[in-house]
Amino acid sequence: MNNLTWLLASLALAIGPHLGHMPLWVGPLCAALGLWRLMVERGRTKFPNKALLFLLTAAAAGGILLHYHTLLGRDAGVALLVVMIALKLMEMKTSRDTLVEIFLAYFLVITGFLYSQSIPMALYLFVVVWVTTATMIGYSDVNRGLAVRPRLRLAGTLLIQAIPLMLVLFVLFPRVPQLWALPKDAHAGVTGLSDSMSPGAISRLIQSDAVAFRVQFDGAPPPSNQRYWRGPVLWDYDGRTWSTRTPPDGKAPQVELLGAPLRYALTLEPHNQRWLFALELPAALPPDSRARADMQIVSRNPVQNRLRYALASHTNFRLGAELHDAERQRALRLPPQSNPRTRELAARWRDSNSGDAAVVDEALRLFRNQNFFYTLRPPLLGTQAMDDFLFNTRRGFCEHYAGAFVFLMRAASVPARVVTGYQGGAPNPLGDYFIVRQSDAHAWAEVWLAGRGWVRVDPTAAVSPDRIESGIAAALPTAELPLALAQLDVAWLQRVRLSWDLVNNHWNQWVLGYGHERQRSFLARFHAALASWQGMTIALVSAVAMLLLGIALWMLWHVPRRGVDPVQAAYARFCARLARRGITRASNEGPADFARRGAEARPDLAEAIGRITDLYVRLRYGPEPAGVEMLRRAVRGFHP
Amino acid sequence: MAGLAQHMATRLASRPSRATAFLRQVLRPAPDAAPVTLTQRRIYVLPTRPGLIFAVMLGVMLLGSINYANSMGFVLTFLLGSLAVVSILHTWRNLAKLTVRAGRSTPVFAGQDARFEVCLDNAGPLSRHAIGLKAGDAVGDVVDLAPHASICLGFALPATARGLLQAPSFTLFTTFPLGLFRAWTHLDLDMRCLVYPHPAPEALPLPVARAEAGSGRSHGEGHEDFAGLRTWHVGESLRQVAWKAVAREQGMLAKQFAGEAQQDVWLDWDALAGLDAEARLSRLTRWVLDADAAGQRYGLRLPDRTLAPGAGEDHRRQCLEALALFGR
Repeated sequence: MNNLTWLLASLALAIGPHLGHMPLWVGPLCAALGLWRLMVERGRTKFPNKALLFLLTAAAAGGILLHYHTLLGRDAGVALLVVMIALKLMEMKTSRDTLVEIFLAYFLVITGFLYSQSIPMALYLFVVVWVTTATMIGYSDVNRGLAVRPRLRLAGTLLIQAIPLMLVLFVLFPRVPQLWALPKDAHAGVTGLSDSMSPGAISRLIQSDAVAFRVQFDGAPPPSNQRYWRGPVLWDYDGRTWSTRTPPDGKAPQVELLGAPLRYALTLEPHNQRWLFALELPAALPPDSRARADMQIVSRNPVQNRLRYALASHTNFRLGAELHDAERQRALRLPPQSNPRTRELAARWRDSNSGDAAVVDEALRLFRNQNFFYTLRPPLLGTQAMDDFLFNTRRGFCEHYAGAFVFLMRAASVPARVVTGYQGGAPNPLGDYFIVRQSDAHAWAEVWLAGRGWVRVDPTAAVSPDRIESGIAAALPTAELPLALAQLDVAWLQRVRLSWDLVNNHWNQWVLGYGHERQRSFLARFHAALASWQGMTIALVSAVAMLLLGIALWMLWHVPRRGVDPVQAAYARFCARLARRGITRASNEGPADFARRGAEARPDLAEAIGRITDLYVRLRYGPEPAGVEMLRRAVRGFHP
Repeated sequence: MAGLAQHMATRLASRPSRATAFLRQVLRPAPDAAPVTLTQRRIYVLPTRPGLIFAVMLGVMLLGSINYANSMGFVLTFLLGSLAVVSILHTWRNLAKLTVRAGRSTPVFAGQDARFEVCLDNAGPLSRHAIGLKAGDAVGDVVDLAPHASICLGFALPATARGLLQAPSFTLFTTFPLGLFRAWTHLDLDMRCLVYPHPAPEALPLPVARAEAGSGRSHGEGHEDFAGLRTWHVGESLRQVAWKAVAREQGMLAKQFAGEAQQDVWLDWDALAGLDAEARLSRLTRWVLDADAAGQRYGLRLPDRTLAPGAGEDHRRQCLEALALFGR
C-alpha cells in the first residue's frame, strides 16, 4: 500500500458518513476524482490542467449552490468542504499539500458530529483517526521502513497513549458558554412536535421511536393516565391546521395547585424549538424559561443541546379561574361558514343542554358510542374537514379527535383550545427512569368551564381508552403498528432495546451533556476549588504534565521484547561471561579473532568457545534461520 | 527537554545569518570527543511548519466545539491535540540514546567534493526511522536503523583549498512519526578530510632524470635491460613483481633493470622558480600523479622536506600528503 492508497482510504472513511446528507452526485464525483488521482500515480493519465480544474471547481460549487441555495451554513458548508477536499487531490503534488489534505480529513470528522454524536459515531471516529494517523506516518517514514501492520501498530500506540491525555483534557478543560450565533441550519433535521397541527402531523411523528425526553421520578411515578406532558397550546384554526399565530398576551394564569407534588428530573433531547415539556402542571419553572398566558413553557433560547431540568408538578390542579374577554373570543373563534353540519350538531347540543359541562359530555358520548375508530391510517378528508370526519369517515388519530372536539365546543360556545405534547411514556426497569418517545406524541383538548377553569378533556380516551392506559402499541391494530413499535413484542429484543437506551442515557448525561454546568457540579464533588476555571486550569496543567512524564519514563525504560535479536542477546551473554574471566572483546574485534584469543587464553574452554562462535557466525551471517535454541542452550551451559 | 532559552539559542544557531555565523566561529566550542551518545539534554524539539498548521486547525476545531457545545467535537480536538503531544515524545525518542561517531573520509583533491561520514549505532532494541543529516547547505541521506544496527550516512562538502578540511558542525534530525515536530541535535565531531592540492591541468613532461655521475646513457635506453632480482617492498607497483619467482616460492621479488638507478625522477620545488607557492604545489601534484601513472620512481624535494625516490601507492600517498600539508 503506497501513501496515496492510504490517503484515499482515510478520505473515504472520513467522507463516508456525510454521503447520506449531501447531494447524490457528490459521492460519485469524489470517487471519480480519487480514481483519477490513482491513474495519475500509475502513469496512465495526467493531472488536469489549470483551466479544467477551475471549471470542475466552479461546476461543483455551482452544483452545491443550486442544491442548497447558499454556500454558507452547516449542510452547504460541509458539502463544499467535501468537494474541495476531493478536488485538492488533483493538484496535490508536494508532501506539504498532502499533510494539509490529511488535516482536512481530520476536520471532516469533526463536521460529522454536527449531525450525530451517537456512540457508534464516536467509535467510528477512533477508526478514522487511527487510519488517518497511520496515513500521516507514511509521509514521515520516507524510506518506507514500516509495512502496513507495523504502521497501524505504531498509530495505535500513539492513539492509546493519547487517550488518557484526551480524557484529562475532556474532564478538566474549562467549558464556557457559546461564543457567537450559529448558522440557522446548525440543528436542522431533528424530529419533534411542531407548533402547528394538521391532520397527519402527529401520526407521522408516531412512526419515529426517537427519544423525546427521559424522566426520572424521585418517588413513585404517577399512573399512565395522569402522565400528560404539556407542550405547545394551539388556539387558531384555519379550516385545516391548528396553530398559534401570535402568543396570547398577559401574564401567567392563576394556578391553584392541589395535593402533593411529584418531583422529577427531565432530560430533554434537543428539538430546536423553544418550548419545554412538563408534567401537568409544574409548580415552578425550569431556569431561563417563562410561562405564557396559556401555561405553555417557553425557554429563552431554542433547545439545541440536551437540556436537563428538575421540576415539581401537581397532577391535581385548577388552571385559570378567570377568563378575559380577549381570551374568550379567541377560544371561540372559528373560520366562518365552514362545516355546517358540525355547527348544526353543536347548536343542537347547546340548545338541549343547560351547562357547558353537559355539552362536553355530549361530545364524549358521541365519540364513545358512535362508530369511531382510532387508526394511524385515516382516509383523506375533504374541504369541510370536520363534517367529513364526524359524519363520514369516522376514522382518525388523536389530532383528528382533539381538533374535532375543540371545533364542536367552540361551535357550541364553550371556550376550548388544543394542547399538544406527549402522553404516557414507558419505564426502563433497568435504569429506573421513563423514556418518552416521539411515538408517545399526543394531542388533547382543554375547555374552560366556569368555576373550574381550564379543564383537560382527552377525546381520544373516549374512543380508545387503551391509548391512555397502556400506550400507543396497545391501542393500535397490530397491522398498523410502525416497525419500531411492533418489535416490542419480542421480550429479549425489548431487553436489548432497554439496555441500549440505558447506555445511551448515560452517554447523553455524562459525555454529551458534559457542559459548563455539569462540569462544575461534577468537579465540585472532588474539591470545591475545582469548580472554578482557575482551579480547573491548575489541575489540568498538573495532570497533563504528570501523564506526559509517565509516558516519557515508560517509553524510556520499557524495552519491547519483540525488538531484541535473540541471537545477538545470546552472544552478548557469552561475551559477558568471558569478560568476567578477564577476556574482554574489543569493539573492533571480529567473533573469529575473539574466539582464537579466548581459546589461547583458556585452552580448557577452546572447544566450547569454538562451538558457540561457530553457531553464532552461522546464525548471524549464514542463511540458516534455525538453531537459535541450540545457541541459547550452549550459552546457558557455558560457565568459564 | 531543555529550556526555552536553549531552544532559542539553538534555533538561532541553526539558521545562521552572517553575524551568528561569525559568532559561531568565534564561540565554537571544542569538538566533541567521539563517539557521542545522544542524551535528553542534547536533543531539541520544535514544531515543523505542518505542525503549526495543525495547531491552527486544532484552534479552529476547539472554537467550533465550544460554540456548538459539541462534546464529540471536544473529544476529537483533544484526541488530536494529545496525539500531537505524544508524538513529541516519539520524535524525541527516535534520536535519543543513539551513538554518533565519525566515520572515515578519503582524501580528495582541491576542487572536488570532500565526503564525510557520520556513523550511527543503535544499541537499543528499538528501530529508528527517517533520520536525516544536514551540515550547512549540504544535505545528507535519510536513513532507517534496525535494532542493534549501525549505519553510516555521508555528506559532501566542496573542498576548496588544500590542507586539512575540518568538517563543519552538523545536525541530525527527524520528524518521524507524524511530521508535526522536528527533533534535532547539533553535533561537532572532530572529523577531517585531507585535501591534496589541485593538480595542474596541463600535462607538462616530467623533469629530466638527473644523471648520476659517470653515466653516459641516455634515459630510457636501459629500461629493457634486466639486471637481476631484489626484494620487493610493500608500496611498490605490482607490475615490478617477479611473478615467476613467486611461483618458485622464492618470496616476493622485484625485477631490477639496468639503468633504473639513473631513472629516478626528482620533483623539485626549486626547479619551478617563477611560479607562486600554490602554483608550484599544483604542478608538483600533477607530476606525482603522472609519474605514478607511468610507473616511474620519483622523489620529492620541498623546501622543508625531502622524500627519497620511491614508487607505489604508499609513496604516492606520502608525497601528496606532504604537498597538501606544506606550510600548514
